[in-house]
Amino acid sequence: MIGASKIKQYSNVLEKPLSKGKQEVSLSAFAFLFSELVQYNQTQVDNIAELERRLEDAGYAVGARCLELLCHREKCVMFMPFWLSQGNRRETRLLGILSFVHSTVWKVLFGKVADSLEKGTEHEDEYMISEKELLVNRFISIPKDMGTFNCGAFVAGIVRGVLDSAGFPAVVTAHFVPMEGQQRPRTTILIKFAEEVLRREARLG
Amino acid sequence: MATTASFIIVSRNDIPIYEAEVGSATKREDAAQLHQFVLHAALDIVQDLAWTTSAMFLKNIDRFNDLVVSVYVTAGHTRLMLLHDSRNDDGIKSFFQEVHELYIKVLLNPLYLPGARIASSHFDTKVRALARKYL
Repeated sequence: MIGASKIKQYSNVLEKPLSKGKQEVSLSAFAFLFSELVQYNQTQVDNIAELERRLEDAGYAVGARCLELLCHREKCVMFMPFWLSQGNRRETRLLGILSFVHSTVWKVLFGKVADSLEKGTEHEDEYMISEKELLVNRFISIPKDMGTFNCGAFVAGIVRGVLDSAGFPAVVTAHFVPMEGQQRPRTTILIKFAEEVLRREARLG
Repeated sequence: MATTASFIIVSRNDIPIYEAEVGSATKREDAAQLHQFVLHAALDIVQDLAWTTSAMFLKNIDRFNDLVVSVYVTAGHTRLMLLHDSRNDDGIKSFFQEVHELYIKVLLNPLYLPGARIASSHFDTKVRALARKYL
């Protein structure tokens, strides 16, 4: 075989080291896979709400694993001073976990940090992550008769998975927000935290 | 040197997903239940303590006679709990970190439901080998 390198064969996946991971994955491969996911789910359900819920559940599984893996990878940063690398860090505060989602998770999944993170003005427990164009929506067009359906429900599921696993239960939804001067509407992920999260935050001071 | 050590992994919903007696001492008949009881009783303490600190390794959170409970909380609030009688803190910390890596590899399996029992015999073998090495 030309150029065959000595790749160590592992007998079991538990032996393989947890690598840094490939930094890049083919966008077209992902778009293809995602479109198949949506189409498959479309054949299984009768209405839009159910379709959104299924996409969210798919994202939830991704989010739960993302949280553990990224937190673990964070500690293996080369430039940390010795005393900092001693222990891993968990996020225990609301703003901490939100900026973790907004920066780290977004950077790993979509290659850039999210466009903005805002606190809702009407309610204390609402936060919004906005994106001009979600990567998952880039090759998707919604027919008129599907109304307010947004494939960003997959990303909303990912965020919900991360928050839920970290101990901040929340209801997360994706919405289109029309902007003046732009043809395509902005996408906003709306995060509404449960009561217990706010109470615990208040208790921790 | 014979050490008693009982290791248990508890998921976010307070359901044990893996347990093993990893000490090198001979087992007594009532020891297994006693160890499990002490570990479960320590869960309350862990729950409160986990929110006060952002560190993952919490040492010596509870005592029972001469046995001590140490806990390692992962980002997803999965608790790795160890009941032991030794004072080897660094060894225990390394043990926890290695088991944490193993746990992440199990979790990354898309067919593994988070919160389900870890039934892999390979995982069991590796945990016991790590326990012999570090404890």
